[in-house]
Amino acid sequence: MSSTALIITLLALSVIGYHLGRKRAFSFGERSGGVRFLHSRPVYYGLLTALWCAVPALLIFTIWQVFETSIISNIIVSDLPEQIRTLPESRLNLVINDIKNLVSGNIVSGDIKPEIRQAAEHYKNLQSISNGALSVIIITLAVASIFLIWRKINPTLRARNHVEKIFTVFLIACSTFAIFTTIGIVLSVLFEAIRFFKVVPVTEFIFGLDWSPQMAIRADQVGSSGAFGAIPVFTGTLMISGIAMIVAVPLGLMSAIYLSEYANKGFRAVAKPLLEILAGIPTVVYGFFAALTIAPFIRDIGVSMGLDVSSESALAAGLVMGIMIIPFVSSLSDDVINAVPQAMRDGAYALGATPSETIKQVVVPAALPGIVGGVLLAVSRAIGETMIVVMAAGLAANLTANPLQAVTTVTVQIVTLLVGDQEFDSPKTLAAFALGLLLFIVTLILNIIALYVVRKYREQYE
Amino acid sequence: MNKEASDAVRPIDIITKKLHKRYKAEKRFKFYGILAIFLSLSFLLLLFVSIIGNGYSAFLQTYVQLEINFDPAVIDTGNLASVNFPGLVKQTLREKFPQAKSRKEKKQLYSLVSSGSSFQLQRMVEDNPSLIGKTEKIWVPDVPESDRRLTDFQLQLLDTWEQEGKIKKQFNTTFFTAGDSREPELAGIMGAMSGSLLTLALTLALSFPIGVAAAVYLEEFAPRNRWIDIVEVNINNLAAVPSIVFGLLGLAVFINFFNLPRSTPVVGGLVLTIMTLPVIIIASRASLQSVPPSIREAALGVGASKMQMVFHHVIPLAMPGMLTGTIIGMARALGETAPLLMIGMVAFIVDIPSSFTDPATALPVQIFLWADSPERAFVERTSAAIIVLLAFLIGGKISTFHPGYLTMTTSKTNLILIFF
Repeated sequence: MSSTALIITLLALSVIGYHLGRKRAFSFGERSGGVRFLHSRPVYYGLLTALWCAVPALLIFTIWQVFETSIISNIIVSDLPEQIRTLPESRLNLVINDIKNLVSGNIVSGDIKPEIRQAAEHYKNLQSISNGALSVIIITLAVASIFLIWRKINPTLRARNHVEKIFTVFLIACSTFAIFTTIGIVLSVLFEAIRFFKVVPVTEFIFGLDWSPQMAIRADQVGSSGAFGAIPVFTGTLMISGIAMIVAVPLGLMSAIYLSEYANKGFRAVAKPLLEILAGIPTVVYGFFAALTIAPFIRDIGVSMGLDVSSESALAAGLVMGIMIIPFVSSLSDDVINAVPQAMRDGAYALGATPSETIKQVVVPAALPGIVGGVLLAVSRAIGETMIVVMAAGLAANLTANPLQAVTTVTVQIVTLLVGDQEFDSPKTLAAFALGLLLFIVTLILNIIALYVVRKYREQYE
Repeated sequence: MNKEASDAVRPIDIITKKLHKRYKAEKRFKFYGILAIFLSLSFLLLLFVSIIGNGYSAFLQTYVQLEINFDPAVIDTGNLASVNFPGLVKQTLREKFPQAKSRKEKKQLYSLVSSGSSFQLQRMVEDNPSLIGKTEKIWVPDVPESDRRLTDFQLQLLDTWEQEGKIKKQFNTTFFTAGDSREPELAGIMGAMSGSLLTLALTLALSFPIGVAAAVYLEEFAPRNRWIDIVEVNINNLAAVPSIVFGLLGLAVFINFFNLPRSTPVVGGLVLTIMTLPVIIIASRASLQSVPPSIREAALGVGASKMQMVFHHVIPLAMPGMLTGTIIGMARALGETAPLLMIGMVAFIVDIPSSFTDPATALPVQIFLWADSPERAFVERTSAAIIVLLAFLIGGKISTFHPGYLTMTTSKTNLILIFF
């Protein structure tokens, strides 16, 4: 039975279970003089039956699906002839791939050896056995639990409490998702990064000035030594984020000040959502815009002024990233400026200050912690931004302070190292995870500080 | 004494003197504010103008009418796959324009018609074998004007066609029905759209129930203790983690550890689920907070259990806000590219995916892929795909304008939502 059919059968069974449980509760109710003599409403007896029917079966189904492929592959490998089994791991994987392709009826490269064909047959056999076993186990389990619960139902069964307990467990499980995700991120990135640091020392990675992540296939080829010094990548990231912040902070902050202090309601109602559209546009669109419109434009201007401008200049990528970040700065600043109590403004006006003096000397200093928090969040966003830089910034890691030249960033390197087919254990791909670990740590620290500052500031005026 | 007083500088004079300067500074400051908004909005305008200006032409496609003679001598009904349909098209072109003599001129002539037209003929014959032996007038796609540099000779040929009324421009249905292709005139976004649809369907199916459940637990049931604080800090941080890191997680966990197939909507959906969950949880919590406590007290007062109070009374009232948060999360997932690059949804895939385990790309990834193509006509296609993507996003945004949204914007945690 295919897995979709199995799931549908299971759902149908649990619907049947629901009706059976509910009906049994009603019949008990009639016998003892009304539904009100039951402990719970009949719905709960039905729900209890349905839940016991579906949940354990679904759990087994999931676990089975996760482990099925690897177990079958192991059995197949152990049955293969000796000379194939002792092949190096990469070759063995190719053989297994061939077998799997044969099973799913895809085209297999080269001619098929008889033992491979036999293994494929075996694989197919095992697969159908596993499928059959799974169907039988799950359906038996579901029917058996319906029957058991159905027998257990009586007017004193505390069905509602049982159902609510199951629900609570489900709710708690869902709420732990964040913890598991964080652990998952840390572990997955950390393990690969540690493997990387076994090959390349941490100090070379953090302090090295030369980044050319390639690994030799042969020892004697040109450029056979890879260099994994990440300083040029860091400076590139910092430069592009810096340009972005130079664009975004003044524009965002001034927009926020105008919108919250000067603009009338009508203007604000139009301009604020329009500004927020900037935050809703997918970054791939900005990347395309940067590469298609802004970068050639900057290059043309530079050339007309006699400057040497790269067509993937840091300036173009930073400028467009800055545009994307404007609403982040402006909305957050707007929010904190609005939280400054009106009494402070009134006090300044009473002393004869003009609105701009009030803003510069009273409102902004009062809102400063919140604004700084917002800017920090924006910086973390800029550092982690990927698509704009992938499409508009360069690949070569230049150690330069000239914004008209091409630089590369952490995210660009992660993407270029991991997109495409590489073997997974070369330092080249592992380097991407080391960069990812660094990116995660830096943004995490920025976020924690920023969220702390923003929260602290909010409490101050509430 | 009097004389002295009139000689001394009175404070009011200093103030009046400075006042003019202060008013000027005031005006300048206000002007900076307007300038900032004006600049930001003009960038927005520039973006839209440049995308629409580049893209609108991709919605139209030029077709050329050819009189094809389905010669039975050429078409072998027994083996359609080996029939030389390209030769048939070329022969028709040669007969039409005998003035193309040299090799170079013939090559230029052939390049006027899309290489996909031979497939079109093949399909026609497969569908309707009775065509063989007849001469039929059919419209075949022309190579997009932006994709070629026309020579004088080609212009001359096109003029002849034009005068005979054999060139027409019409809505480009191929763009909406075809998968990816190396030929711009044959490339479409259907494959990418169904990839996005499958991925988002899985994301929605997983992230909405899990997100709402997590929010309900944290807001209504969770005790205030250290453990719950850790959970909350985690959720807020995850909302701000760069999306590419989720891609790394997907690559390491789902593909390398659980051996799920690469480039498939399953993995994409799982990664995007993890990415959107924090957004949905934060929005749902804000929405639950905005339900007045009196509702809860009334429900408990008439004897409902806590679970009944939450499921029968609080959740229905909080639902509009939760749905708004879900739409925001889905919009973010729809526009997300970087994590999908990490899990291999960047392949050149011609077939339109129909199940969760078929290799697929997504709409933003398709945009990324086309943006890399050197052909000029793909710039049009890319911009057109962006217009389609933005249309979806704006549709989603409009659907959030209902009263539930208003209750949400007043809440504190909403701020995080705008940004992540």
